[in-house]
Amino acid sequence: MVRLADRDGFLARLMLLPAIVYIVALVAVPFVIAIAYSFSDVTAGDPSYDWVGLENYRANWRDPVFGQSLWNTFLFTLVTMVLTMVLANILALLLTADFRGKWLVRFLVLLPWTTPAALGAIAWLFMLDSLLSPIDWILWQVGLLEDGRHMVWLGKPGLAKASVIGVQVWRLVPLAAVIIMAGQTAIPDDINDAAAVDGAGFWRRLWEVTIPLTLPVIAVAALFGAIITFTDMSLVRVLTNGGPVNETHVLASWAYTKGIDGGNLAQGAAVAVFLLPLLLAATIAILRAVRRWEVT
Amino acid sequence: MTAVATMPIEQQRRRAQRRYVVSRIVVYAVAIVASLLAAFPFIVEGIITFKRDQDLYAPGNNPFVYNLDPTTEHLDYLFTSTGFLTFVGNTLLVGGCVVAITLLLALPAAYSLARLPLRWGGALGITIFLVYLIPPSLLFVSFSRLVADLGLQNSRWALVVLYPTITVPVSVWLLLGFFKSIPRDIEEQAMVDGYSRLAAFTRVAVPLAFPGIVAVVVFAFTLSTHEFLYASAFLSSSGEKTVSVGIPTELVLGDVFHWQELQAAALLVALPIALVFSLLLNRFVSGFTMGAVKG
Amino acid sequence: MAVTVEAVGLTKTFSGRERPAVDHVDLATEEGEYLVLLGPSGCGKTTLLRMIAGLEQPTDGEVRIGGDLVNGLPPRSRRIAMVFQSYALYPHKTVRQNIEFPLKAEKMPTEKRRQRAEWAAELLGLSELLDRRPRQLSGGERQRVALARALVREPSVFLLDEPLSNLDAKLRATARDDLKDFHERVGTTTIYVTHDQVEAMGMGDRIVVMLDGQVRQVGPPQAVYERPADTFVATFLGSPPMNLVPRDGAIVGFRPEKALPAEVLTGGRDGHRTWTLDVHRIEYLSGDRHLHGLATGLGEPTPVIVRLPATVLTPIDAGTTHEFVVRDEDLCYFDPETEMATDGPAG
Repeated sequence: MVRLADRDGFLARLMLLPAIVYIVALVAVPFVIAIAYSFSDVTAGDPSYDWVGLENYRANWRDPVFGQSLWNTFLFTLVTMVLTMVLANILALLLTADFRGKWLVRFLVLLPWTTPAALGAIAWLFMLDSLLSPIDWILWQVGLLEDGRHMVWLGKPGLAKASVIGVQVWRLVPLAAVIIMAGQTAIPDDINDAAAVDGAGFWRRLWEVTIPLTLPVIAVAALFGAIITFTDMSLVRVLTNGGPVNETHVLASWAYTKGIDGGNLAQGAAVAVFLLPLLLAATIAILRAVRRWEVT
Repeated sequence: MTAVATMPIEQQRRRAQRRYVVSRIVVYAVAIVASLLAAFPFIVEGIITFKRDQDLYAPGNNPFVYNLDPTTEHLDYLFTSTGFLTFVGNTLLVGGCVVAITLLLALPAAYSLARLPLRWGGALGITIFLVYLIPPSLLFVSFSRLVADLGLQNSRWALVVLYPTITVPVSVWLLLGFFKSIPRDIEEQAMVDGYSRLAAFTRVAVPLAFPGIVAVVVFAFTLSTHEFLYASAFLSSSGEKTVSVGIPTELVLGDVFHWQELQAAALLVALPIALVFSLLLNRFVSGFTMGAVKG
Repeated sequence: MAVTVEAVGLTKTFSGRERPAVDHVDLATEEGEYLVLLGPSGCGKTTLLRMIAGLEQPTDGEVRIGGDLVNGLPPRSRRIAMVFQSYALYPHKTVRQNIEFPLKAEKMPTEKRRQRAEWAAELLGLSELLDRRPRQLSGGERQRVALARALVREPSVFLLDEPLSNLDAKLRATARDDLKDFHERVGTTTIYVTHDQVEAMGMGDRIVVMLDGQVRQVGPPQAVYERPADTFVATFLGSPPMNLVPRDGAIVGFRPEKALPAEVLTGGRDGHRTWTLDVHRIEYLSGDRHLHGLATGLGEPTPVIVRLPATVLTPIDAGTTHEFVVRDEDLCYFDPETEMATDGPAG
């Protein structure tokens, strides 16, 4: 008689089952419910389900803050990713080079990513404080800002947006650099040696060998970063809480403000549903990039 | 022959030497600039932790030096009169439970997908990873109802139930790569030597996937310290909060920021995590490549 | 315009290692020579080659190319080309782009670059493959692309690092002929690294045998084979290796194919040494007979192998004892202390 522990087919299902049950119960079902909520009038106070059709979406569409959040979400993600990719490539090149004190540098440049986002935002909250900002003080010293005047980084719409983007870039560059570094170290030494023998200098090697060969990894890093930026609410929540006057809200933070702070779960869900199409596009892109990576 | 090759040897050598020196200078300059940019807020945090209120709030004072003698009173206050240690304790508890649940669910699932005969194994692996992409900003809407039904409102146990929704998919994906990189022969040898398939998994495959398990443990644990959305949505009393939400909400009273306590707390959480990560960085780099290439 | 390559006291110690990977190597090629560096893996031959290429900085000593001291010069200023074991083709570039890459680095104008690349491709029979990518090529084709990329800018020196070891046995034989032909046509000084003695014997004008970072012997294939400088070279070369028999205060060596059954000898036994072999086992390999047994009468009784060519028909059975002869001039003598070759028995 074959013991159960030896029947591969049975065992395969048994070992997979707990994870599948958990994911179905706590992700798939809530996912469907959340979408269903967006067509209802469910609130924190009144959990009874009444179908209202597209009413929540219509309400959102009329709400200028929703439009601002939608626009901000795309703007922040795009600008953050462009800046992050440039800086992350430079950082990855640095971290694959040999130099003294590399351990310390590695530790320091990883800090922004390994620090919980909310706590990183706390650090910046002080850096960008309307009265105490050390950045203002530096600007006074170098004469770019009149003594005693303040930038009020988080108090003006444009500066506040730039600040949110800046902190997001600061936080994501280390992650992207580590991923890109994985790609760079995967290039065989022989290829780099061949480029040296073939007479390629640093720039030619960078543009014609390193970057083309790490392009799939760079794409993966960019997509991961984009997904994180796109769905993150903690930074906006802690740094500006959407302010000044809702100018810096993104979809995720606005959904939270409506759903939890305002208790209107249905409208919160209707806001968050707008995250899905872009995530789907990102997913397809990731799968393609990974497949291409496997081929080369 | 090119201009470079026809230049006198001595001149070429000097040129090569000059390039080497320049490249070294550039490397160190970039290293210093990158370190400063990354660490700037943390350095400031470290400085102001020990500042007196009169020093910190005096307009025009140099923020980078101690204009008045440094003091540890704010550090003392953080440890004795705030919920900081409670937050740390809650985080450790939640983190430990999440790690355990994640490993229990993800290890067998990843092994099953990597090794055992399943018709839809490949597609299932990708689907599990895609689950990671469903945004918490959408899920929390239904979770607020679920948490209430489970009677876990305002309880850290709610996080223990919810965090694996994020850690399990990623961990299955990571471990899948590690299991695939272990040669099948070794488990087959164990089975030929008289072990069952199950024993081959627990006694051979799991120990060999140890680097992957370390990566999963660190990932699941850091997520528990990083996560902000669920923690701030479902915890309201300070006795239940984790560091990520407790520090930003409890150390700010109304419009009054306890800057020194706030910054000291943020720094004390950030440093140990960064230390662990930089020690394990190479392992993560290889883990990521393996998972991505073979997943 | 063939040039010479010289190494003077060349040493490389990798950081964290006690033993140098390359230990005071002195070496000089002739103009247009095909020099083979031969040795077991880890003997330092590849490190030596990489120092000549400029990919590795020597700890001590000099590299001279065409008489010029090139220490401190980057690879691109050394007028060398190198073919790597893995071929190191750029996977994202087509064959044409791969071949043109060194010319592009020299900033050669596009039109001229094109002509040169086509010339090189023609020379190596790659004209049909110019638009393919490396992953679409067979092992032999990749090797030829690597060669085309190396020769396209007409370097003064070719450095080849085990370029045949990734090919299957059949392809390797043809590729060996192609490489040799190619060298005869262009006449460029070539340094070739291999651990395969068949490649070394077949291709080298001279062979440099290395062990533990040191050069043990330099010479034409025949000299190295017949007059090994020490017992390492004697046993590293040849298959089966040279038999070594200890005899009071010396080691006597002879190649397995230099021994003949005594009765085959028609003339007198002058100038020959006679000894007996207890035959334990006989192997038939491609028509030759390999006799494994115990030799007595040469020195201390020692296990040896004798290889009888297919043309020697003397019947010999396992388990019998047989008389053999070796010509005196085919015997090599080594000092048992230093293991270096000596002139022969004193007196």
